[in-house]
Amino acid sequence: MEIRKGIGVSPGVVISTAIVLDAEDLVIPKRKIESDQIASETQRLGNAMAECVVALTRLRDQLAQEHGKDIGNIINVHLMILNDRSLLQQFLSEIQKSLFTAEYAVSVVMRRYAAKFATMSDTMMADRVKDVHDIERRILRALIGARHEDLAHLSQDVIVIAHDLLPSQTAALDKRHVKGFATDVGGRTSHTAIVARAMGIPAVVGLGDIVAQISGGDTVIINGNTGVVIINPDEETLAESRDEERARSKVEAELLTLRDFPAVTLDGHVVSLQANIEFPGEIDDAIGRGAEGIGLYRTEFLYLSAEQEPTEEEHYAAYSEALKRLNGRPLVIRTLDLGADKYTRLQASSPEKNPFLGDRSIRLCLHDIPMFKKQLRAIMRASVLGDVRIMFPMISTLMELRQAKMILSDVMEELEDEGIEFRRDLPIGIMVEVPSAALMANQFAREVKFFSIGTNDLIQYTLAVDRTNEKVAGLFCPAHPAVLSLIRDVIRAGNKNNISVSVCGEMAGEPLYTLLLLGLGLTTFSMNGPDVPEVKKVIRSTTIEHARQVARRVMSFDSERQVMHFLREETRKIVPEVF
Amino acid sequence: MKDDTTITAVHPSSFRVHPSTMMPTATRDIVVSNQMGLHARPAMQFVDLANQFNSTITVKKEAPEPVTADGKSVMEMIILEATLGTPLRIEADGEDAEVAVVKLAELFETKFGEE
Repeated sequence: MEIRKGIGVSPGVVISTAIVLDAEDLVIPKRKIESDQIASETQRLGNAMAECVVALTRLRDQLAQEHGKDIGNIINVHLMILNDRSLLQQFLSEIQKSLFTAEYAVSVVMRRYAAKFATMSDTMMADRVKDVHDIERRILRALIGARHEDLAHLSQDVIVIAHDLLPSQTAALDKRHVKGFATDVGGRTSHTAIVARAMGIPAVVGLGDIVAQISGGDTVIINGNTGVVIINPDEETLAESRDEERARSKVEAELLTLRDFPAVTLDGHVVSLQANIEFPGEIDDAIGRGAEGIGLYRTEFLYLSAEQEPTEEEHYAAYSEALKRLNGRPLVIRTLDLGADKYTRLQASSPEKNPFLGDRSIRLCLHDIPMFKKQLRAIMRASVLGDVRIMFPMISTLMELRQAKMILSDVMEELEDEGIEFRRDLPIGIMVEVPSAALMANQFAREVKFFSIGTNDLIQYTLAVDRTNEKVAGLFCPAHPAVLSLIRDVIRAGNKNNISVSVCGEMAGEPLYTLLLLGLGLTTFSMNGPDVPEVKKVIRSTTIEHARQVARRVMSFDSERQVMHFLREETRKIVPEVF
Repeated sequence: MKDDTTITAVHPSSFRVHPSTMMPTATRDIVVSNQMGLHARPAMQFVDLANQFNSTITVKKEAPEPVTADGKSVMEMIILEATLGTPLRIEADGEDAEVAVVKLAELFETKFGEE
């Protein structure tokens, strides 16, 4: 049994089997074989190694031709290692004596060698460990093949262990069976944390070298509250964790009973609680927890989980599925918000120096109109299937908004010419996340049907903080008076112009801010599905009058700390169990 | 690295018969003299040559810890971490043991063609 501590970034406790992703998404499948499989496993290994030798020889000859004999030398070392009989002897021994699968045998032996390199004092020689890793990967790839699809079709519940999880990797995972995440790197605001919270599963990040410690098939306990990860727990620990898991499920179940009750204050003020999703598959769970609709459908995952740009049909399929599951409930589709920390698998353009302030999102779309139109067409076609609204992200100027609306009109004309049905009066809105849009909320309010305040990015831009940079992430705070001031003004502008305003950033799902947002006049909150019950609890436990009082008080403070302290006190008074 | 027989003290290599196999054994002591030690390329050369002999070939290092490497395994030869100045004992067991150790020692003596 091994115990490791990292940063708990998504609450909950889970006990399950580990599946380990290496940097190239290779999953080391099970460890053991039966004795009657020794012959076939040995054969597999032999074939895989022969394949590697052939491939490397071809590569070497090709390189030697193009660049001269010297370049081919490093490959010669690899070839020699692949032909190394001591190595082969060890592989075979693990298969035959330890009854390991070929993959596990290779992994165990190569890691043993790698460990020896780690003890070398001569750095140049120690550097050769890279060759060991390279060869291990090469043989494993030959054994496993490109098994990306395995991740999309898991047959049992698993906890995913990886160095880091990129959006492109999480997009490809079979969500039904993933019960938790553990990564080497990352912090509270990394992608792993966000996806885990959206999925309502525990996650621990910043574990350092957890990938090296765990093998596929190990039993792992993840505690997303304490940040503790236990590998191959003993009986006692296992029993304790099961108790914890049970206790937590009980609390969750209690909150779930709120599902069918409306989000209305004690004095009858009604608000709408909706969910943020990345895939249609999350809808059922969100509704199950009480979400009344989808306030933010992040569509970039359509781009990240595919090998190339999604076609109009692929877009349409996702939107129609989402609407089917929603069964009449509203769906707000946000157009492509790619760029910054969510690079597509195909991104070939040179990396920008400042991606957050660069060619992303609506800007990218306005630069690539054919790509933009594909998505718009699909959204327009889907508009006849249910209550669809469209939202443009990262709008910073009125010009951008007008351009986007013009392209949308073009699309409508095209569809009309083609005789395809769509809803002409589809409500158009914008994400208010760039400070310029927030500061000009009044002008923008006249040209759209709704606002959605993207607090995550609004806070970043307003406070000039990169939320993924652990060195300064502490400065990222929704309670900053400047941010609150902008939020208040946007809500006011919306109410004055009779358009609906929602908050769809993480702030909407944090019970700490519910009283404040309610008191500032917010009527729609869109959050991760799992957060709905708690927010609803707060709303149902207060009056709108009280919320307004709280808000007025908060707006008089000049520090985040004051704000948070006050809100914590006030919320605890009415819903003590939430904290 | 000193053997307790006087033969070793006089000649750097010794020729004996292995007690259990009755096959000839030969040893040669050398000191690594290339600048970069026995890195990948020389290790490869050594193993290439070693593989041409029928005898089993081992290479032993005493300090900082005793390690024995299979002279025909490039992985083991690289892991030996035979840096500049490391004393090594090359041992061969088999019919061509004597010529094996001589040839292999020569590689070290000629610094594997480097410099």
